[in-house]
Amino acid sequence: MIIRGTHKVIVQGITGKQGTFWSERMMEYGTQIVGGVNPKKAGTEHIGVPVFASAVDAMKGLDGGFDVSILFIPPMGAKAAALDAIEAGAKAVVCLTEHIPVQDVMYMMAAAKERGVKIIGPNTAGGVTPGECFTGFMPAFNEKIFRPGNVGIISRSGSLGTLMCLNVVQAGFGISAFIGIGGDPIIGTTTRDALEALDAFEKTDAVVMVGEIGGAMEEHAAEYAATMNKPMAAFIAGGAAPAGKKMGHAGAIVMGNKGTYQSKADALSAAGVTILDTPMDVGPVLKERMG
Amino acid sequence: MNFEEHAGKPLLKAAGIPVPNGGVATTADQAADIAAPLGKVAVKAQVPTGKRGKAGGIKIADDAAAAQAAAQAILGMTIGEHVVEKVLVEQATAFTREFYAAVINDPETKGPKILFSTLGGMDVEEAAEQDPNAMRSLAVDIRHGPDLSHVRAMLDGAGLDGLEDQVAGLLIKLYDAYRANDAELMEINPLAVTAAGGLIALDCKFTMDDSAIPRHEDTAKSGTPDKLTGLEAKGKELDLKYIELEGDVGVIANGAGLTMTTMDVVRHHGGTPANFLEIGGESYTKGTEALSLVLDNPKVKSLVINFCGAFARTDVMTQGILNAWDELKPTLPTFWSVHGTGDVEAVAMLKERLGIDPLPDMSAACKAAVDAAKGGAK
Repeated sequence: MIIRGTHKVIVQGITGKQGTFWSERMMEYGTQIVGGVNPKKAGTEHIGVPVFASAVDAMKGLDGGFDVSILFIPPMGAKAAALDAIEAGAKAVVCLTEHIPVQDVMYMMAAAKERGVKIIGPNTAGGVTPGECFTGFMPAFNEKIFRPGNVGIISRSGSLGTLMCLNVVQAGFGISAFIGIGGDPIIGTTTRDALEALDAFEKTDAVVMVGEIGGAMEEHAAEYAATMNKPMAAFIAGGAAPAGKKMGHAGAIVMGNKGTYQSKADALSAAGVTILDTPMDVGPVLKERMG
Repeated sequence: MNFEEHAGKPLLKAAGIPVPNGGVATTADQAADIAAPLGKVAVKAQVPTGKRGKAGGIKIADDAAAAQAAAQAILGMTIGEHVVEKVLVEQATAFTREFYAAVINDPETKGPKILFSTLGGMDVEEAAEQDPNAMRSLAVDIRHGPDLSHVRAMLDGAGLDGLEDQVAGLLIKLYDAYRANDAELMEINPLAVTAAGGLIALDCKFTMDDSAIPRHEDTAKSGTPDKLTGLEAKGKELDLKYIELEGDVGVIANGAGLTMTTMDVVRHHGGTPANFLEIGGESYTKGTEALSLVLDNPKVKSLVINFCGAFARTDVMTQGILNAWDELKPTLPTFWSVHGTGDVEAVAMLKERLGIDPLPDMSAACKAAVDAAKGGAK
């Protein structure tokens, strides 16, 4: 899901150091932050918006409620916070937290699926819709990196995604939307989901995908890429990394051969996606593909 | 975190799954003592790797004296890259069939998945090749846990010859063990059918989700820590993600994706990275520790520092590195690429304190570092 400037946003954990810093940056940029959550500071005001005891309370207490909640919450509290936002009826929950126990993440996913709520992340740096808003901790306000334009970017990694946006802008293009999907093994919005969202987004004319070794998300995205008319390029990080240590025996069997650099590059190439050897190659490739 | 068999089996037992009687020995004499009341035993090397049987790490012994000899032979042997320091001595079990059972985290369904196959006692990949249809699976809604009738239905037609209810009951208990211990993987291979018609777990492979260790501190004490090099252990102590590699180009970057990519681009330009070192996320203030860690590796001939700030501020990271610079006064050629949050301040700091400019992009910085390492400069 692409968060727009018209969406009303709350921040769970708004009163913390990072929550405060980034909420202020988001507001300056144009994100419509209408409230925050901290059970200990309910009823007070923080950086100009009301603080509620829960997302459920925020939905009731805010005129017009809210659409999106952003979680600046430590790992062990993230599940409860996400369930609160889901219960409140959020359309989307952006979960920035890294190191949430995976079984907690799966619990959040099951609840979100039942209620039709989109989860973005966990372990994402967030998203940017240049010229409109951003969610999370992205340097959206840096014009050298997030100049508005017509190229959509998908990335598991915040830092690498930022680098890709920089290279796209340096090549003379602009960004329509950046979707940070997160680096965890189990995430709400997959590469394929993000690709479908960018394909449907009228401001996007081309897509650059930044993948990583591990899992099978890039392979699934390739199936959709084959049906797309918008040109697409991809960079897969980790080709030089030593073989993964995380892969369990049983995990390997359900995933077959998927997860290697070669598997991802092959699947995407076969779907008509241009594979970038380095992130710096994106400019020339976009010039050629968008000619 | 991985758990060896002897540390995983008590968790199965706590969930009500039968396991053989036995104990852990670190000497041959201890093995004999454990074996004495048990009769015929299996003596099994405890190492965090598979294929112990093929390596000669599992022996059957008829009595205590034989168990002593078996332990003598196994203790000290090397399996994979692990020296055997302990053996599990267990009552030997006569069995008629071997199954495979596991519960895993499944990224496709974003929930737990129960796996079962009648082809147990062998490598799961081999089993899948032998009969791709033997593996049964069931996705579970983690909020409610598995439903017995669904587990039972999963086993229909699997050829269990009347053992269906017993296996279904055991799979529910295996799921409980998975859930209670925040497992990424809870696996029994083989799950044996005894001569008396019961089920017993003859092995256990358990991986705990690292992110969940804080809420399982007691259990985690019996896990096997990753085998680390001296520098990696130091990195872990500093709470930095550091992996030592073979090459000579040192790498410091922020974020896992950008760090991996920096390694990729070093390789793209014909060099080899000396390490993976990420100082993104919550550890972005640790520039000082990061620099000293990379410099401690004697193989490093040049260094690339690649920052692209989002959450992590490049000025904070740069300041950390520069503070360490004053202290450590490194002489190796170093090449910077700095963009993103805080980059204006970071670039000014580099100019002021080192009198240098960053290279225009990471490709240029990586190439310069590769060339410098090859030239053997300084």
